Amino acid sequence: MMEIVLNVLSWILLSAGGVFVLIGGIGALRMPNLYTRMHAASVTDTMGAALVLLGVMLQAGLTLASIKLGAILLFLLITSPTASYALASAALLAGIKPDAGRAADETRGP
Amino acid sequence: MELLGLYHYWVFAVLLMIGFYAVVAKVNLVKKLIGVSLFQSAVFLLYITMSKVTGGTAPILQEGMVDPVFSNPLPQVLILTAIVVGISTTALGLGIVVRIKEEYGTIEEHEIQEIDRR
Amino acid sequence: MTVLFGIFLLTLLVITAVAIVHTRNLFVAVMLLGIFSLLIAINFFILDAADVALTEAAVGAGISTVLFLGALALTTERERLGTQHRWLSLVVVTSATLVLLYATFDKPLFGDPDAPVHQHVAPWYLEKTPEYIDIPNVVTAVLASFRGYDTLGEVFVVFTAGIGVMFLLSAHSGGPGRRKREASGIGLREHLIPRVVGRLLVPFILLFGLYVQFHGDFGPGGGFQAGALIAAAFILYALVEGEDRTLAALPQNALNALMVCGALLYGGVGLAGIVLGSSFLDYSVLSADPVAGQHLGIILIEAGVGMTVTGVLLSIFHAFAARDRI
Repeated sequence: MMEIVLNVLSWILLSAGGVFVLIGGIGALRMPNLYTRMHAASVTDTMGAALVLLGVMLQAGLTLASIKLGAILLFLLITSPTASYALASAALLAGIKPDAGRAADETRGP
Repeated sequence: MELLGLYHYWVFAVLLMIGFYAVVAKVNLVKKLIGVSLFQSAVFLLYITMSKVTGGTAPILQEGMVDPVFSNPLPQVLILTAIVVGISTTALGLGIVVRIKEEYGTIEEHEIQEIDRR
Repeated sequence: MTVLFGIFLLTLLVITAVAIVHTRNLFVAVMLLGIFSLLIAINFFILDAADVALTEAAVGAGISTVLFLGALALTTERERLGTQHRWLSLVVVTSATLVLLYATFDKPLFGDPDAPVHQHVAPWYLEKTPEYIDIPNVVTAVLASFRGYDTLGEVFVVFTAGIGVMFLLSAHSGGPGRRKREASGIGLREHLIPRVVGRLLVPFILLFGLYVQFHGDFGPGGGFQAGALIAAAFILYALVEGEDRTLAALPQNALNALMVCGALLYGGVGLAGIVLGSSFLDYSVLSADPVAGQHLGIILIEAGVGMTVTGVLLSIFHAFAARDRI
């Protein structure tokens, strides 16, 4: 009984993680400029990775493997926002303006 | 399973020739070095594909295994060495490219040959 | 299911390789090469090669990208001229691909346990490792003990590459008296977030590198991966804090000593075998019990490999980073 609940829960978490990765990928392709694309890609790094790792941790049970997976999750949660910050500030230094481009013109229309 | 095996070998052939095309057809020296790196990775893929045994696991002996089937450890040892040697030659090649840039002012092969001919 | 996953990964590899060769911006090509190395590391892991996957991820995706970026910072970032002899190269490459594709039909079936590569030597290694060496990781046993001579050659190749790059790049460019070092050593000190996070992570990466070094007997790991990880920790510190502070933390003399002592340690263990009455690189005579002697020998030579790889990779990084841009 407990195993079935854990299994179903881990499937739900893994599928949700997959959905977030897909959303991040579509966003990275469809967004108008660099900053919005980075914002979409960061969804993959944080929500997608966290949900997938939690799902795999449930599958592994209470073993050494899940502690290692928890350590990986902690590492990812610390480093991927830092990487997004570094990328965004490098882009700002290179002179790419956070201008919304076409999207701003569309919202100003009738 | 046979399609998967053949697909591995086809991808090896295609990657090998993509890397070779980069070495032969591109003019920039750093691009040629990237092509050499692709070529090496394709060879690694071939060897590791050959080492896989159906139903096997990684060749790490663990207690309590009943009649285990392992994948072949020997190509893995060879490729471990090959990866490290590959990075060494890449590093040396990049050092030479940096010196060429400082002496000739360019890293495009045509222009270097022009300067040499003068 | 794994069939589908394998086919998907291999197709991604081919797409990435075509993109690498096609793009004219070298920075994009180097980043894609990092992605290519990670994809091929995943593929190695699916094919049961855990040690090789770890090495490819650490060395190919980590150190190789840093070295290429260092070289790009000193040369140009875009290809100016494009391709030479395009049609002749395409014809040659296509015909060679067709020949190779025709040859793949004669290869043994994927995963066939009766293939010639799985006979004679490999079953002997798998069978005799518990008896002679008694460590769980067969790949480390073969690498360090059964084929230890090849690994000695590899350590010396790495050492040669290190001294080669130092010969090439140690003389300072621009003539005497033109040392503008202040601009190159600053790093990311003005940016607080990468600096704090980078400094927080460095001890953990070093600890993980040491773990991988000593855990190589029991799981995937060993000297090469550990050397690459420890070098990566120092490279992260150099990127965040500046190269001069990294050289203050681990000076060039210490790196030279690491390089040389690692190779000497390996050779010394081999000679110790001769001195104690047996052949070169025979670890069984290093202790009263042959199996304990093998354990001692493997720990010592893996330490030697880790030291040399760390010293060489860091020296190469400093050689590229300290070079003045013309």
